[in-house]
Amino acid sequence: MAVLAHAEAGEIAARLRALALPPHQDLRAPENGLVMLRGRVGGDGAPFNLGEATVSRAAVRLASGEVGFGYTLGRDGEKARLIALCDALVQSSDFGGAVEREIIAPLREQLMVRRKQAAAETAATKVDFYTMVRGEG
Amino acid sequence: MYVAVKGGERAIENAHRLLAHARRGDQSVPEISLDQISEQLGLAVDRVMSEGSLYDRELAALAIKQARGDLIEAIFLVRAFRATLPRFGASEPVETGAMRVQRRVSSTFKDIPGGQILGPTFDYTHRLLDPSLAVGLVPEAPATAEASTAPTPRVTDILGRDGLIESSPQAEEGASVGDLTREPLNFPADRDLRLQNLARGDEGFLLAMGYSTQRGYGRNHPFAGEIRFGEVEVEFLAEDAGFAVPLGSIELTECQMVNQFKGSATEAPCFTRGYGLAFGQSERKTMSMALVDRALRARELGEEALAPAQDEEFVMSHSDNVQATGFVEHLKLPHYVDFQSELGLLRKLRQEFSEASAEANAPDGMKEAAE
Repeated sequence: MAVLAHAEAGEIAARLRALALPPHQDLRAPENGLVMLRGRVGGDGAPFNLGEATVSRAAVRLASGEVGFGYTLGRDGEKARLIALCDALVQSSDFGGAVEREIIAPLREQLMVRRKQAAAETAATKVDFYTMVRGEG
Repeated sequence: MYVAVKGGERAIENAHRLLAHARRGDQSVPEISLDQISEQLGLAVDRVMSEGSLYDRELAALAIKQARGDLIEAIFLVRAFRATLPRFGASEPVETGAMRVQRRVSSTFKDIPGGQILGPTFDYTHRLLDPSLAVGLVPEAPATAEASTAPTPRVTDILGRDGLIESSPQAEEGASVGDLTREPLNFPADRDLRLQNLARGDEGFLLAMGYSTQRGYGRNHPFAGEIRFGEVEVEFLAEDAGFAVPLGSIELTECQMVNQFKGSATEAPCFTRGYGLAFGQSERKTMSMALVDRALRARELGEEALAPAQDEEFVMSHSDNVQATGFVEHLKLPHYVDFQSELGLLRKLRQEFSEASAEANAPDGMKEAAE
C-alpha cells in the first residue's frame, strides 16, 4: 500500500476506472489533519518531535463488508479516499488480484523507474579518490 | 480617566489593498505560480517548512508568495495555519539509516561504506554570478552512473562498533516524548525538547550560536562526522486501522557532529556527539543545530558552562523567530497610552531637576537670604 501513498490521486483514479467497482460507501469522509513527525536522538536513540506534516485520511466500506483505510501525506482528501477504496478492494477475494495487478503493480513499476533514475543521477556524483603519482625527479 | 480611541479602519483596509498590489508588482510581468516557487526556490520552501514546523511544500510555497518572499513572515503564516488543523497523532520515528541518500559526505573518513556522494550541492562552486541564468537556459541533463546497492550506514554507527564514540541515549520504558507545542517550556529541559526547539529554531540564530562555539565561546572541537540528505519513509500507527500505515516519504537532512572526548576513571574516553535534523535540504541549519545541541550538553558532560551557546535557557528562549519577531515588531503598534504615562513621568522628573538646579545655582547670598 506504500506504493499508493507515493502515487498521484489522478494516477490511482485513472487505473480504478478500468475496474468494474462494487458498491461501496464512505465510512469516514476525507479529513485533513496533522501528524507529528518524530526523529531519534543521534538517528538511533530516544525519539523526539521534529515537526508536523499535513495528512489526509479516509475510510471506505464495500457493500460486501470489507473496510479499507487510506492515509497519505498532504491535503488531498480524494487521494486518501482512493487509497482507502483500494485497501478495501485488496481484502476482497473478488477484487484483490485485480487491484494488485491493474493498480498497485504498474504504479510500483513507475515508482521504481523514478527511483532508479534518481539513484543513477546520484551515483554519478560519487567521489572516486585517487593517489597522485609522486614526482621523483 | 481612560478614554478608548478607535479609528484607522479605512486606512488599514486600504493599506492591505495596496499591499496586495505591491505583492503582485508590475502586472506586465507574469505572475509566479506555487509550482514555480516549490520547484525553483526549493531551499526557501525547505526553510519555511522546517521553521514553520510543518511539512507541506505547497503550503510553504503559498506562504512565501503571500509574504512576498519574507521567509520569517512566511514561517509565521505556516505556524498560524497549523493551529487550524486537528492532530491525528505522532509518526513512528523515521529511520534515517535507511534513507535513500541524494547526498552524503563525511569529513572524518575518506573511505566510508557507500562512498562520498556529493549530490546537488553549492560546495566547490566558485560563487561567481552566472549570467546564463538571467537568460533562462535549459540545463544539461544530469550525468548518470550505475547505482550501488550497498547500504550507506551512518558514520557514527561505524565508530560506535569499536566503542570510539558514545552511543545515543535510549528512551526509558514508557517515557513520553516532550512536546513544546503542547506544554510550556520549563528549565532544565531534556534533550528531546531541546532538539524540537532547535529543529524549529531560526537558522540565522543557530548559525551565529554554532559559530560562536567554533570561535571559542564553548569550544567543543567539532568534526562533521556525516551529513546526509535524502528521502525517508514515514509510518503512522493508525488507531482505526490498528496497524502502522505508510504515509509516503519526506526529504530530510541529518548532521552527525563528532566532538572531543569525554571519559572518567570508570569509562574509557570516547568521542561525544551533537545531532541535527531538519526538513528538506537544510545543511547549514542541521550543522548549526548539531553544534548547538552539543554545546547544550555541557552540564551533562561535566563541562564548565560559561558561553551563551551552552546556556539552554538563553538559547531555547531566543531561538524561535516567530516569538522573536512578534515581540520586536510589536513595538511598532500603537503604544500611545504607555507613552503618555512615560511622558508625564519624564516631565515631572525634568521639572524636579530644573527646580533643584535652580536652587543649587542660586548665588550664595540669595540662598542664605532665602534660608
